[in-house]
Amino acid sequence: MKRRDFLQQTAASTALIGLGGLTLSSFNSTTQKKITILHTNDVHSHIDPFGPDDGRNANKGGVARRASLVESIRKENPNTLLLDAGDIFQGTPYFNYYGGELEFKLMSMLKYDAATIGNHDFDNGIDGLYAQLPHAKFDFISANYDFSNTNLNTHVKPYKTFVKDGIKIGIFGLGIELDGLVTKDLYKETVYLNPTEIAQDMSRILKEEEHCDLVICLSHLGYNYRNNPDKPSDLTLARATKDIDLIIGGHTHTFLPKPTIEKNSVDKNVLVNQVGCYGLYLGKIDFFFDSDKNKSADGTTIIV
Amino acid sequence: MNKKYFIILLTLVILTSCKQEMHLTRIEGKRIEINDSLAGNQDVENFIKPFREHVNNDLDSVLAYSVDTYTKNDGELNTAIGNFMADAVKEMASPVFKTRTGNNIDIVMLNHGGIRSILSKGDVTSRTAYQIMPFENSVVVTGLKGASVKKMINYLQKAKRAHPISGMSIKLNADFELLEANVDGEAIDDNKTYYVATNDYLYNGGDNMSFFREGDSLHTLDYKIRNLLIDYFKKVDTLDLSADDRFIKTN
Repeated sequence: MKRRDFLQQTAASTALIGLGGLTLSSFNSTTQKKITILHTNDVHSHIDPFGPDDGRNANKGGVARRASLVESIRKENPNTLLLDAGDIFQGTPYFNYYGGELEFKLMSMLKYDAATIGNHDFDNGIDGLYAQLPHAKFDFISANYDFSNTNLNTHVKPYKTFVKDGIKIGIFGLGIELDGLVTKDLYKETVYLNPTEIAQDMSRILKEEEHCDLVICLSHLGYNYRNNPDKPSDLTLARATKDIDLIIGGHTHTFLPKPTIEKNSVDKNVLVNQVGCYGLYLGKIDFFFDSDKNKSADGTTIIV
Repeated sequence: MNKKYFIILLTLVILTSCKQEMHLTRIEGKRIEINDSLAGNQDVENFIKPFREHVNNDLDSVLAYSVDTYTKNDGELNTAIGNFMADAVKEMASPVFKTRTGNNIDIVMLNHGGIRSILSKGDVTSRTAYQIMPFENSVVVTGLKGASVKKMINYLQKAKRAHPISGMSIKLNADFELLEANVDGEAIDDNKTYYVATNDYLYNGGDNMSFFREGDSLHTLDYKIRNLLIDYFKKVDTLDLSADDRFIKTN
């Protein structure tokens, strides 16, 4: 026991010296840090680009091209996270032939950091999703699907935190109500919980308990329901919560030319973004952090 | 030991005294189009290649031959392509239903909007089935009393569309009023149970076909319509389709 304590303390001291050294050299000077968040949603098994004859999306999309783009952005800024907001499955014969294996293997090659679960990810049943999990080298996060009585229990976490260049980023996932969208024999004992209440809870945990510098919600709720304004969506969520910096959405295949800026429950800005579907676009949000107090006194500048 | 603790203490003092507080000062957001100006990553490309080749070979292997091009707009109340789909469901799903329940499928009803593509003259492949039926819908069978079957006929009268049907014949007059309706050549008995096959989308309320919910039972056959079409293409050599008099109106 004593020996273990000693080892832990030694390890800790080494780590702290490292940090201390850095801090010393930058003491009294200002530092800037940049975190890049890349995101996709509703890719729906679109692995190959659309052909030149496609009526709507000619020569657009393609996983291999997305890989090159992500690689070049990561080279420019290693402090980058790549996220997906669900509906990875269903839409091309690749899914029917391989059940999602290829989608997950390619996302792993692109080094996705996390994804949430869309309604179509249940298309081969919760067992079909479970069977493909070994092919995914990234985590699935969902805070409002209670999987306790399913085989996904313990395989899906409510949230995940990352530390990039000393900045702590907390990301939680949200899924849409499955009843009416997915048949019960596919989602089985998955319990859908109110996403707004869960988001209020999650943002508190990530901000106050986990002390995250950045809180991101990865949502498959849908951007906005104009004819059903009470239905939980990314916009209703943005207005009803606080301490969330960015909501990355999906489900409604909404092509936002630029992120939406919405006011949260304490009148602060939240960014909501969604990049349509089929891997036609990659969303890119850069967060700049500064140690200069004077700069931060002016609040956060948003350029979209 | 003491020296190590001293180092820890010293480091903590340094850290707490001048740890820089980081503030979020600026956010920039945009989207980047993925198009042919980007070269594909070769490793990813190479990884996909064998999967793509297998899928394409399988999708493009010839299963049957179509003697003509058929579209869902070829007829007013019944079409060659719609009749083919409804008849294929009856032919392929009936044996499955029979082994499970001992009963035959009496009637099939699908929806006109569910025919998602034309059937082109020439080689018919699995890809053809994906084009006609890109969705994952499966065959379901429900037992409907004759009275509910009459509501189904009433729905067809009002819809005035060539919703694919099989096992049933309906004659309307020029004003879309019912002249005659038969199942397997016999008048419909209000109290008899007819087994009606459709897809899960329509059974669950798609296209407002609410009469399906009056059924006394639901049998899910776990047989996707698309797979059923592929099996049908494999079974027949040639598709020589035609509209007929199963659903017509007199002028």
